Amino acid sequence: MTLARGAGAVLLALLLLEPWLPLGDVRQYLLHVLIQIFVWAFIGGAWSLMGRFGLVSLGHGAFLGLGAYTAALLWNFWGLTPWLGGLVAVLLAVLLGGLVAYPCSRFQVVGHYFGLVTLAVGEVVRLLIIAERDWTGGSLGLSLKPAQGDSLLAMQFADKTVFYYASLLLWLAGLLVWRRVDRSMARSAMEAIGEDETAAASVGIHVTRFKVGITALSAALTAVGGVAYTQYISYVNPDTLAGIGVSLRIVFAVVLGGMYSLLGPTVGTALTIALSEYLRIVLGLKFIGMAETIYGLLLILFIIFLPAGIYGSLASLVTRVRRGTMVAGSAGPA
Amino acid sequence: MIDPIFLVEAALNGILLGGILALLALGLNLIFGVIDIVWIAYVDLVMVCMYAIYFTVQVYGWPVWVGGGVALALGALLGIAVHVLIISPILGSAAVNQLLATGGLLFFLQSFATFLWSTDHRTVRFSLPSWEIGGIFLPATRLIPFGISIIAMVVLYLFLTKTYMGTAIRAVAQDREATALMGASPRRIYLVTSAVGGLMAGLAGALLIFQYSVHPFFGGQFGPLTFMICVLGGLGNMPGAFVASFVMAEIIQIAGVIWSTEMGYVIAFVVFIVMMFVRPAGLLARRQ
Repeated sequence: MTLARGAGAVLLALLLLEPWLPLGDVRQYLLHVLIQIFVWAFIGGAWSLMGRFGLVSLGHGAFLGLGAYTAALLWNFWGLTPWLGGLVAVLLAVLLGGLVAYPCSRFQVVGHYFGLVTLAVGEVVRLLIIAERDWTGGSLGLSLKPAQGDSLLAMQFADKTVFYYASLLLWLAGLLVWRRVDRSMARSAMEAIGEDETAAASVGIHVTRFKVGITALSAALTAVGGVAYTQYISYVNPDTLAGIGVSLRIVFAVVLGGMYSLLGPTVGTALTIALSEYLRIVLGLKFIGMAETIYGLLLILFIIFLPAGIYGSLASLVTRVRRGTMVAGSAGPA
Repeated sequence: MIDPIFLVEAALNGILLGGILALLALGLNLIFGVIDIVWIAYVDLVMVCMYAIYFTVQVYGWPVWVGGGVALALGALLGIAVHVLIISPILGSAAVNQLLATGGLLFFLQSFATFLWSTDHRTVRFSLPSWEIGGIFLPATRLIPFGISIIAMVVLYLFLTKTYMGTAIRAVAQDREATALMGASPRRIYLVTSAVGGLMAGLAGALLIFQYSVHPFFGGQFGPLTFMICVLGGLGNMPGAFVASFVMAEIIQIAGVIWSTEMGYVIAFVVFIVMMFVRPAGLLARRQ
């Protein structure tokens, strides 16, 4: 894997130096796209913590919207710094996650049913935001109150570079968490639960504790992602941050990349965002809806022809090729 | 305190809405029960059929029954197309992927409709009478779709119970392998089921256009609600879905009058979530 490591190091160096690269006018735009990729890849990674163990949530918009709105409202009404507001948001998301995961686990709501229950939760959060329009702004959304100039306390900066590094850090932190879960005992336990709950319980795995735990972790990270995205865009909207639309988008990006590998969610998110940006630029305002149409079509094709995700399929292809050429036993795990 | 007459009116409207929701839910539930896949984009197919009837009736000025026929035929064709092009290649893959493939179709249909017809709301205008009984208005634009919907459901019931194909469809829903052993081809049954499901989407579209204007994001209005009704009734359980439609419609209408439209949906969804814990196999399921 030295070649892949080297390529990874070069890519990371390029990402770190991006704000100083001589890119001219494109730089600001590229920064914007990369920030979005980092934040949404982080959120996708948070989703895949549950998804890879068979807890397919179709309602992560609930945690995203709850997180984003909590921090935004606390800042707008009481001037509470998003650092603390974010903490409150995370606590609320964990609470909601537990409130959904605990009964789902106790009453064995799994598979399709789990997906549809979470979908309902996502819609409930979206509709509540719209219904409480007096203080949430309803479907029109809400702009963050601007602070005086750049302010670390308010998490508001005029320069995109700050957000760029912050989101890069966030993304790396997300990968770290993912890796820790991947290498922990909890992973084996969760995989056993995903395969066969009754069997897992019979060997002494506390099914409910693990399910609630992983859901709380996923919800917390998703809320953090929601706060980060809100601070960058400085605007919240129920349709872009809660409900079925955004929830499905998160799932799509992850499944497209592959949810069983560390970089799968990132690859999927980068591809979907790059694709929609590319289509938007090429097609422009002439054909409204055309970009999304092609996006939807490609999603269907990818799911039919690359069911393990792009990164997942590539990774297993590489492994197969190596296994074929090398002496058996010397090939490391992909 | 709210005037009781409003509550009575809301309850009546709930029954009328329930009739339409039941049609949507039965179509989706039929497909789910037989093929074991939830078509996330089901109500978006309905949206396309609504455009079909809008163009034939409102734009080209053809009679309503011709427009309805076009919508039904288009629905059946779309049902077959979805099955052949999207579902059959991934019949063997993971449930998540099947769900997401139809989710991709949802994005595709919404955006393609936006591209073709813009986001304008379009309405078919019918000049139909409205009756007043004791201060409650009963417009024909609600009564006629309700009546047709009930008739359609009776026809579906007869099809499923009295014909050879219907019996085969029910047999597959009960036991896939055993049915294949009995000599019924699951492939043909899947195709017929998808066509019937699509046909019902077409009919639902033709009936919904009486009361609602159509726009590319119409599916978002009824989509989540339709899945929830199917699950609430018990996936694949037809009488359950029928009852659940009316329960959800009543909650939405009555809570909508007491609080607000959004809160009506919020309460309906919360009831759904709680019922999933209390009666996970559906409203009418027998205790095991």
